Amino acid sequence: MRVSLMRVSPLRAGLARDVAVAVAGLALLLALPMLFPQPALRDFLIYFFAYGLLAMSLNLLVGLTGLVSFGHAAYFATGAYAFGLLMQSGLVSIPVAALAAVGGTALVALVIGAICVRLKEIYFSFITLAFQMFIHSVIVTWVSLTGGDQGLRGGIPRPPILGLDLNDARVLYGTCAVVFVLCILAMRQVAQSPFGYTLRMIRDNPARANFLGVDVTAMKLGIFVFAAAMASVGGLILALFVSGAYPEFAFWTTSGEAIFMIMLGGMKVFLGPLAGTLLLQTLNHYVTIYTEHHGLVLGTVILVIVLGLRRGLADVLYDWLQARRARRAAASDPVPGSFEPAPLADGALIKGRTV
Amino acid sequence: MLRVEHLSKSFGGVRATRDVSIDFPTGSLTAIIGPNGAGKTTFFNLISGHVRPDEGRVLFDGADIVGLSSLEVVRRGMARAFQVASLFPSLTVREALTAAVVSHLRASGRVLSRFPVAAAGRRADEIMDLLGLDPKADVLSANLSHGDQKLLDIGLALAMDPKVLLLDEPTAGMGSEERWRMIGKVHRLWEVTGMTVLFIEHDMDIVFKIAQTIHVLKYGAVLAQGTPDAIRRNQDVIDAYLGTDHRLSETVGEA
Ligand SMILES: Nc1ncnc2c1ncn2[C@@H]1O[C@H](COP(=O)(O)OP(=O)(O)OP(=O)(O)O)[C@@H](O)[C@H]1O
Ligand SMILES: [Mg+2]
Repeated sequence: MRVSLMRVSPLRAGLARDVAVAVAGLALLLALPMLFPQPALRDFLIYFFAYGLLAMSLNLLVGLTGLVSFGHAAYFATGAYAFGLLMQSGLVSIPVAALAAVGGTALVALVIGAICVRLKEIYFSFITLAFQMFIHSVIVTWVSLTGGDQGLRGGIPRPPILGLDLNDARVLYGTCAVVFVLCILAMRQVAQSPFGYTLRMIRDNPARANFLGVDVTAMKLGIFVFAAAMASVGGLILALFVSGAYPEFAFWTTSGEAIFMIMLGGMKVFLGPLAGTLLLQTLNHYVTIYTEHHGLVLGTVILVIVLGLRRGLADVLYDWLQARRARRAAASDPVPGSFEPAPLADGALIKGRTV
Repeated sequence: MLRVEHLSKSFGGVRATRDVSIDFPTGSLTAIIGPNGAGKTTFFNLISGHVRPDEGRVLFDGADIVGLSSLEVVRRGMARAFQVASLFPSLTVREALTAAVVSHLRASGRVLSRFPVAAAGRRADEIMDLLGLDPKADVLSANLSHGDQKLLDIGLALAMDPKVLLLDEPTAGMGSEERWRMIGKVHRLWEVTGMTVLFIEHDMDIVFKIAQTIHVLKYGAVLAQGTPDAIRRNQDVIDAYLGTDHRLSETVGEA
């Protein structure tokens, strides 16, 4: 049984395609700063990596599993602080500190998640928010360790790894890009695995999944921990880049932004949240340059997208492609009674089909 | 295979199940009938671990399963389909069945392989074949017709390879012709697989035609039990609700 389960022709096909996309994506990311060598672009993209991982990992909960967490940034911050503190201790190298920070965040998420995932819907959302506020206040009040309000100061040292000098901005960028793409690939694999489809069952109908022998609590806990670990990588990239860590990383607004990114980008398409990250970041960037009423403009754009389109941008593209494919199929195959891609009802905002 | 002894359950003042004792022999096909609110669905909820009885025992394969969670009961080999089909709207028929088989194979936690896993996919194909769902394999569950939704709900239960299958009104909400088609499928399924099947049904023609044994529930208690012929002649049953027209009114209640 096990052997036949592991037999891999679809695995190979699916994974091969995803790896190809990942390699192409990485090549693009590495080429961009060569084509446009302004440091501002590199900085912009590193922020994109960090917040992109936050939004993508949050979507594993929101879009894939139907768990709307309001406190995901807690793990972003935990990763950043753990990494920063370990590096400042001077005892470990960057990869060891990174692994320990991710592992430590996963442990924290395991403990918090074990409590949260037993609660349903809005109660789950609130308790994740509560734990985030708890972590935020620990950071703010434990001044001797974290620097409190001021953030983790004194810089984060970047000793060379395997001859790579991360103090060189280009090397730092390249390393972050590789880590980012690897994490996206890992999330993609999880979403396309039997586990990923089990999560879709739970999103759609947890009671039924339970009656089909799915241990719903254990599965939710599994994805909660994995999503937290991926978010911590985002925090770690940001800490490494800004050479510090700040309490805002753990503030509720950071979680809120991640939710905006998902809503702007959409959750039907796997990479949708990245489109949202890009959009929100671009808006943030330009709007702050050109106007002081930055919140007003942002809020308006979000309102227009959410109320006007009622789905994210990537979803719009996806639906359009699906509709076109359906029209083509209908044109070439005039047999009625196949199905129409019925417009998903209002619940689609939260429970859309994640591809 | 399955035996319940002195099963009782009250919800507040409502005594939904009263001292029910029934034996379901291995491989039997049994109908549970009774008017609306008789406690039929509650009876299924009690034996499938969804609701805990106040009193009584449920013996499955010789062991008392009262107190086990519905998850543990499924894993021991008792699966159910619901009065209102309980599906995964955003999954296609094939995806839903495959994911259910994956769960049955205890492979739900695998992250290193890709979905659909070959062995699970083959089993899902078999189930679709058995139920005649193969033309709908790639249709989203949400877009299926009512009848196909009921079929898929049964298919999901079949993915558990159950020893005992509980079907709560498989023909609910169907027209007469569709009902017979549906029940024909259920009957063939029972013949092919040799499972112990319990089904709740309102249509007396259907019940009398295919069930081996019938148990009539009323106000939560067993009013009568026996072969179709015996039930047809039973004066209590006739008085209680068969009346002159022996077809009960059709209902679609909540699961
Ligand atoms: N969870 C519950 N809480 C409170 N009362 C309940 C619950 N479940 C069932 N009941 C009550 O128990 C009684 C039996 O309900 P049940 O659903 O078992 O009937 P049924 O025979 O399946 O009816 P139908 O033919 O309409 O499906 C009803 O009075 C119902 O209101
Ligand atoms: Mg019922």
